[in-house]
Amino acid sequence: MPRPSLRAALALCLALIPARGHAQDTTRGVRIGLSYSPGARPGVVVLPVSGPGADSLRAIVSRDLDFGDRVNVIRLDDAALGASTRGDLPNWALLARLGAAAAVQLTPTPGGLHLAVYNVVTRQTALVHDYVAPAVDDTRRWRLAVHSLSDDLEQSLTGVRGIASTRVLFERGRRLWVVDSDGEQLQPVTPVQPLMSGRWSPTGRKITYVLLRPASVVVQNADGGGVRTVATGSGVYVSPTFTPDGGSVSFAHGVDDGTDIYTVPVAGGIPRRISVGRGSDNVRPIYSPDGRKVAFMSGRIGHPEIYTMDADGTNADLLTPLAFGEDAYRANPDWSPDGRSVAFQSRLGGIFQLMTVSLRDRSLRQLTSDGRNEDPSWSPDGRHLVFVSTRGGARQLWVLDVDTGRSRQLTRGASVRLPAWSPRLAPE
Amino acid sequence: MTRRKTAHLVIAAASLLSLAACRKKPETAPVAEVTVDVDAARRSADSIAAANVAQRRADSIDAANRAAATAAADMQRLQAELSAALSQRVQFDYDRDALRDDARAVLEAKAPILLANPGIALAIIGHTDERGTAEYNLALGQRRAATVKRYLVGKGIAESRLSTQSLGDSEPLATGTDEGSYAQNRRAEFEVSVNGPLSRPR
Repeated sequence: MPRPSLRAALALCLALIPARGHAQDTTRGVRIGLSYSPGARPGVVVLPVSGPGADSLRAIVSRDLDFGDRVNVIRLDDAALGASTRGDLPNWALLARLGAAAAVQLTPTPGGLHLAVYNVVTRQTALVHDYVAPAVDDTRRWRLAVHSLSDDLEQSLTGVRGIASTRVLFERGRRLWVVDSDGEQLQPVTPVQPLMSGRWSPTGRKITYVLLRPASVVVQNADGGGVRTVATGSGVYVSPTFTPDGGSVSFAHGVDDGTDIYTVPVAGGIPRRISVGRGSDNVRPIYSPDGRKVAFMSGRIGHPEIYTMDADGTNADLLTPLAFGEDAYRANPDWSPDGRSVAFQSRLGGIFQLMTVSLRDRSLRQLTSDGRNEDPSWSPDGRHLVFVSTRGGARQLWVLDVDTGRSRQLTRGASVRLPAWSPRLAPE
Repeated sequence: MTRRKTAHLVIAAASLLSLAACRKKPETAPVAEVTVDVDAARRSADSIAAANVAQRRADSIDAANRAAATAAADMQRLQAELSAALSQRVQFDYDRDALRDDARAVLEAKAPILLANPGIALAIIGHTDERGTAEYNLALGQRRAATVKRYLVGKGIAESRLSTQSLGDSEPLATGTDEGSYAQNRRAEFEVSVNGPLSRPR
């Protein structure tokens, strides 16, 4: 009778591995060696949860894994869900039949969350970890803690950290808002005023944006408050961005002789001019991840194209292959987190579409074709872009998985513009 | 002065007074009462004189008011004309900051008013249509404002009186997505800072 003995052996084996509590979390953030075909997404089942916030806990983690686009979250109907565990253990046979490589068990604990990941092929506990989390009714902070757990989990399953614990900053109705990466917890972070172009600091604790009246560059806390003006004066201030060390803000500024790119310390000081536009318009600076280069858009040859320059303003160079004719308009560069490409928008047939250009060979790739698509901003995993699209009617935020082309709508309601994807945010 | 003379005067004055007081309904004056207190008569005479003065004054005030009203209306019209000329917008071609002929004409009308009123400061605000990107449009709007400023400086207006800013595509006049709306939105607007009335250019 091999089966019962095997099951008994497994049960014994699992019993020896502490399923919760004092588990060593040495495997946190490490691949857990799931068996699945290269190129395929591992099938994952999120087992039923009981306890406070149980339903939303399971729903949030399932959705985070799904939105990450790196695992195949296997959906279970009620019957399958009921049968997916046997006592405290996964129903190995059923999970294997469903094509799961891993099963995830989430348990609310006093003061936190407990995570266990099972390897369905080896029928072993692959990972356990305990997380500190705020109370469920402290919704926004609790959800961020759950999203961080999801990101850990995704790293364990796939080797790449997830992007659930991020937020998107954008403008709607003359104020800046943030929304969690799953489209929940929408909240304003500024009063209504003539403003534009919100961007995150490298830690995600601060944001910068411009006011049109009085024309100025502002830095404030990401949740509101702590407002500081870092540059102001006559003329126009455009498109601020933090330097990679977070200590300065680069922005475009123009008065009487074109618009150029300047840098000013967040702590205060005299803005220093970087670009040499000779009367042309140069806006939207964005640093390469290593901080050595700046991509920006410039009208110096008569229409806007994407350029790069060294961080000190030297060696300005056209990045996008030159476009000609009425359509020639390349704008809004965003440097990918791996440094290898720059996303931007290009007018094609009179309508903006998202493209990337490779830093290696300058090859172009068109990412969108449905509706008007603009203002791309990379996720921290370098695989997703948030952008503004009219594909569903009014201008809304959408998220695109650049690898598969899968997209989802992030916002609904009044028109939005100029989104910026945050870095991964530490639980608060 | 005799009592009688006074009394006559009083009667005459009284009839005058009653005439003056009762223009709408003329009546015969109450001449029968001849026994009149002299003090009362004097008071009466004084009040008649005062009434006459008041009447003349009222007439002259009316006239002055009419003249002043005309002058004020003229002034108001002039101020409105000068203000309108100062704040009249200029329009631009798509993605351009060059001044068109119609824009030059509008600026030509502003220059002498600015020269005649050195106390005025002008804020020039560049706007764009919604095509292109919001951020590049801010820069384009600024370029338009700067072009307008350069032209006025060329006409002799002190640079310190002219400030420039841009609102890009954030404050459209027309919200349509047709060329007509776009053309209206590609503009420079003018905000006039002025203390007191504007002088007519010589």
